[in-house]
Amino acid sequence: MEVALDWYLALSAVMFTIGVFGVLLKRNAIVILMCVELMLNSANVALVGFSQSLADPTGQILVFFSIAVAAAEAAIGLAIVIAIFRKKRTVNINDIHLFKH
Amino acid sequence: MALASVTFFALALIAIASAVGVLIARSPIYSALSLVLNLLSVAGLYLTMNASFIGVIQILVYAGAIMVLVLFVIMLLNLDALPSPRSIGWGPILGFVLGIGLLAQLLYVMLTSFGISLEAAEPVTTAMAVENGSANTLGQILFTEYALHLQVAAILLLAATVGAVMLAQRRFA
Repeated sequence: MEVALDWYLALSAVMFTIGVFGVLLKRNAIVILMCVELMLNSANVALVGFSQSLADPTGQILVFFSIAVAAAEAAIGLAIVIAIFRKKRTVNINDIHLFKH
Repeated sequence: MALASVTFFALALIAIASAVGVLIARSPIYSALSLVLNLLSVAGLYLTMNASFIGVIQILVYAGAIMVLVLFVIMLLNLDALPSPRSIGWGPILGFVLGIGLLAQLLYVMLTSFGISLEAAEPVTTAMAVENGSANTLGQILFTEYALHLQVAAILLLAATVGAVMLAQRRFA
């Protein structure tokens, strides 16, 4: 790789932090799910960077499985959001507090 | 090679800018569209790393299937932007501090180990990297060494599909 591995890791760290910010600060449940996708994606960047700089394809196998799990997570998460929206007419996580009362 | 560096920094800049776009967009539809841009620029990064198979999978599955699903749900629910909070509580401030702390920690670990070269068995050439990321190499490993894991992933996807259909049914709500 012409670009040093450190830069890929730095990009991965910054993208992961932006995803964490999204999960902590946003109130829309769908946007929170998208930020989780962002965090998974940044972990994939680090994995592919290591895999390609060590010439070990196992890291990319892990990325393949990670993408499969992300697809399953997105499908289930969005189905839960739809089910909650039918009941509560909102996706604002501040208004979804079934366990609070 | 200067060209590779320029490509990397351009793609990384687009990736970070669109990730910030996910965060600051008011409407969820703009968040989703800038996440698509982020995923596409990361796919471009994979291609510049010679990881061609993962790059194509990223575009097909992530930027294609998953984001279409997200956009579909946003349009199905007909969401507007949420109203601005009347007062900023302690939650967002604590979240901001925690996020900054996490970034500082990650960058500290990275800076203290900056420039340390990993112990590759032999120097990795471009030809090795291209062969390493090709669908041929990955497919052979996936269907021999990780065949069981592939079956488990298939069962996981089947269970997720059945679960999503069941959860989104009208009588469940």
